[in-house]
Amino acid sequence: MDSAFALHRLHFAFTITFHYLFPQLTMGLALLIVVLKTMALRTGNPHYDRSARFWAKIFAINFGMGVVTGIPMEFQFGTNWARFSKAAGGVIGQTLAMEGVFSFFLESSFLGVFLLGEKRLGRIGHWFSAFAVFAGSWLSGYFIIATNAWMQHPVAYTLGPNGEILLSSFWGLLLNPWILWQYLHNMTGSVMTAAGVMASIGAFYLLSGKHTNYGRTFVRIGVIVGLISACLLAFPTGDGQGRNIARHQPVTLAAMEGLFETVEGAPMAIMGQPDLNNQKLDNPFLLPKVLSFITHQRWEAEVKGLNHFPRDQWPDNIPLLFYSFHIMVGLGTIFIALMALAALLLVLRRLDRTRPMLWALMLLLPFPYIANTAGWITAELGRQPWLIYGLMRTENGWSPHVSSGNTLFTLIGFMGMYLVLGILFLFLVRREIEHGPEQAPAGEVK
Amino acid sequence: MEVLWFALVAIMIAGYVVLDGFDMGAGIIHLYAARSERERRSIIASIGPVWDGNEVWLLAGGGTLYFAFPALYASSFSGFYLPLMMVLWLLILRGISIEFRNHLDSPTWKPLWDFVFTFASALLAIFFGAALGNVVRGVPLNPEGEFFLPLWTNFLPGTDAGILDWYTILVGVFAFATLTLHGALWVWYRTEGPVQERSRRIAWWALAAVTVCMVVTTIASWSVQPQIPASFARYPLGYIFPLLAIAGLAGIPFYLLRGRELMAFLHSCLFIVGMLTSAAFGIFPYVLPSNAPTHLGLTVYAAAAPAYGLRVGLMWWIPGMLLAVGYTAFVYHRFAGKIRLEGEQEGYGTY
Ligand code: HDD
Ligand code: HEM
Ligand code: HEM
Repeated sequence: MDSAFALHRLHFAFTITFHYLFPQLTMGLALLIVVLKTMALRTGNPHYDRSARFWAKIFAINFGMGVVTGIPMEFQFGTNWARFSKAAGGVIGQTLAMEGVFSFFLESSFLGVFLLGEKRLGRIGHWFSAFAVFAGSWLSGYFIIATNAWMQHPVAYTLGPNGEILLSSFWGLLLNPWILWQYLHNMTGSVMTAAGVMASIGAFYLLSGKHTNYGRTFVRIGVIVGLISACLLAFPTGDGQGRNIARHQPVTLAAMEGLFETVEGAPMAIMGQPDLNNQKLDNPFLLPKVLSFITHQRWEAEVKGLNHFPRDQWPDNIPLLFYSFHIMVGLGTIFIALMALAALLLVLRRLDRTRPMLWALMLLLPFPYIANTAGWITAELGRQPWLIYGLMRTENGWSPHVSSGNTLFTLIGFMGMYLVLGILFLFLVRREIEHGPEQAPAGEVK
Repeated sequence: MEVLWFALVAIMIAGYVVLDGFDMGAGIIHLYAARSERERRSIIASIGPVWDGNEVWLLAGGGTLYFAFPALYASSFSGFYLPLMMVLWLLILRGISIEFRNHLDSPTWKPLWDFVFTFASALLAIFFGAALGNVVRGVPLNPEGEFFLPLWTNFLPGTDAGILDWYTILVGVFAFATLTLHGALWVWYRTEGPVQERSRRIAWWALAAVTVCMVVTTIASWSVQPQIPASFARYPLGYIFPLLAIAGLAGIPFYLLRGRELMAFLHSCLFIVGMLTSAAFGIFPYVLPSNAPTHLGLTVYAAAAPAYGLRVGLMWWIPGMLLAVGYTAFVYHRFAGKIRLEGEQEGYGTY
């Protein structure tokens, strides 16, 4: 692999992975803030308004991070993937531009109104501004998923005489069948992150005996929403994604599962280490026939293994792909179990006294982030060696005139910058958590 | 169709410069115009609710450029790799300095972000100007329509120029002066008391600098890029753009003297739009001219996406932008009026 090429990939992977840490909370939390504002409207209880105000502060810090890390993403298509942009810009530029025009304007305009206009707008108006922020962020998720879905499963295009990729159907692009499960799964994942964060901070308040009435609200909402989203993540959305992969990217499926040989009644590997030299899975821990069932709904169905496909079609980092997929699914299973148990305790009205469960909820915080990141690594590595599946290989998409020296320079720059940003972010959010919801009266400048 | 999209992209870029330009300009004068904590907070409050929306014009404009002119997007973004990345870093620094400054009351925290805010705003203005200078001067395109420029070589705008040469630096200085003026007029319009008084003084100085720069840059541009006199000779109607700019520039001192704040600011907007459209008209039909003897400049026709995409693009772009202009107007209307810190401010107090 050319080292400039490798660096362009690393550059993109690093910056997008960092960016996605923030939007996943933005999108999920926007929904939960609408929930809190709705409860405030319906009950008239200022407790919920104060809760919403507290989360809005964290939202604002997080949103700022999402914005400043998102801007570089849009530019990197041109800077680091020039050949790809030139060939495919007429298609994916559409969805990216629509994201800017339809969602970022909506989101950024109403966020200012939402944060600064609580008194001026009145209760209904303020609820509406929260809703507009939510709608903007979920629309933005849609357009960006539509972009990614097209790269996973290109549709609605024809090829021009010089190999350019020409858009042939606008609605075909926006209604790409791949979008459905990918969008629902991804958005549910971000709701999971927000629910996890809310439950975790609530549990922290309860365990440390501070702001306990807010802690109870946060844990309750976090657990209920968390249970729903954890279940939806596995079924139907995760399952739907898996079936799309089985149908359209069978070689990716084989690599994700570490399946080297084609078999009937394929087992599902829970753990193991893919061994590329000997083409087998070391130390496997297998559930017999399960893979056949979940991909083809028949216990005896044949599943194609990696050996069925030419080597140059294999994803180029099979071990990492295998691990990231298994981390996501493993964490997903743990979330379902944990949230179900917590919900049971909640129904029995024993949750705020069950300290081990509160500890578990508090420590949950990073894991939805890990699951979401692992999921994206699965999707993006699984697509390799293609940049646009079946149409353009990744090694043909980068900017050949940008040398490895320049790319390394900017990669190091981004790493340093993002390290500082990350520290500042944690510092500011920690302060808000320390202050707690009581300290956020309306109508005051800090 | 290509020409229409060229005009639309030019409008979006002009919209970006006019809108984000005033908050950049406010940043440039921030340290000088506002001395005390309260004064600084009033400048930040004047742009707090709108700066992100302003920056979206850059994103939406970039996205539009991407799908309407993919070849231009790919070629210019990879060719201007290093300066673009630096612009991104500056945008990051500026964004967080606005967002983070008011989160902590401490004698080290706020001055640090105030400094970062001014520093990043000033450099951004110069970088954007230099970028425009590069586009006007032209770049050494190869037959594939690609190029790569180092940051600088010998500082001459000849065939082996880098990003920075005397001409592009000149345009950078011009942009710096223009945005300083623009930002000073904005602050003059939105604040009261000593901040307003200082920004008025800055505006006069900046106005003088802008006038000098405009004359020098115009002469330089006509000689550096032969396409410009050719364009104006071919379509004399194009003189309307520089005339707009001159009208805008002339309006500024007129209203500045009479204390008509909003009118002065709007004329500064007009001036910026006039200058940018003159530049766009001047290099047309090129979107990225060549400065090499090969004359492989990228024209609007060669860079454009095929007709179908451009046609459907129009279907969503028009309603989408109307909506966007609607929200923008709504927000500006909501936050109109003079910034007064006590009582008036409300909500979660992020800014
Ligand atoms: C909290 C986050 C989270 C959790 C718990 C899960 N997922 Fe997931 N998954 C994502 C977050 C995510 C994601 C980040 O949203 C991805 C990455 C790309 C995408 O569209 O969604 C994803 C992708 C993704 C893919 C597509 C990979 C590809 O495109 O190559 C599959 C097959 C699954 N998931 C399946 C599952 C299953 C069966 C789960 C069982 C519990 C599961 N996911 C839990
Ligand atoms: C929806 C928007 C996204 C688009 C359009 C997109 C597009 C791309 C592109 C163009 C590349 C570089 C080419 C390549 O190596 O294949 C890439 C790589 C990558 N992306 Fe994404 N991506 C998106 C979202 C994400 C997210 C949210 C993550 C977060 C974890 C992610 C993780 C990665 C990784 C890890 C790679 C590197 C793969 C490799 O180099 O082997 N992507 N993506
Ligand atoms: C390569 C792909 C991506 C690009 C080019 C991109 C671009 C951007 C940009 C430019 C912003 C700032 C918007 C503003 O100024 O208001 C942003 C923020 C945002 N992005 Fe991304 N993004 C990418 C990946 C993703 C993914 C995968 C998602 C989620 C599915 C996502 C969701 C969001 C959301 C919800 C925001 C709102 C701001 C925030 O969260 O703080 N983005 N993105």
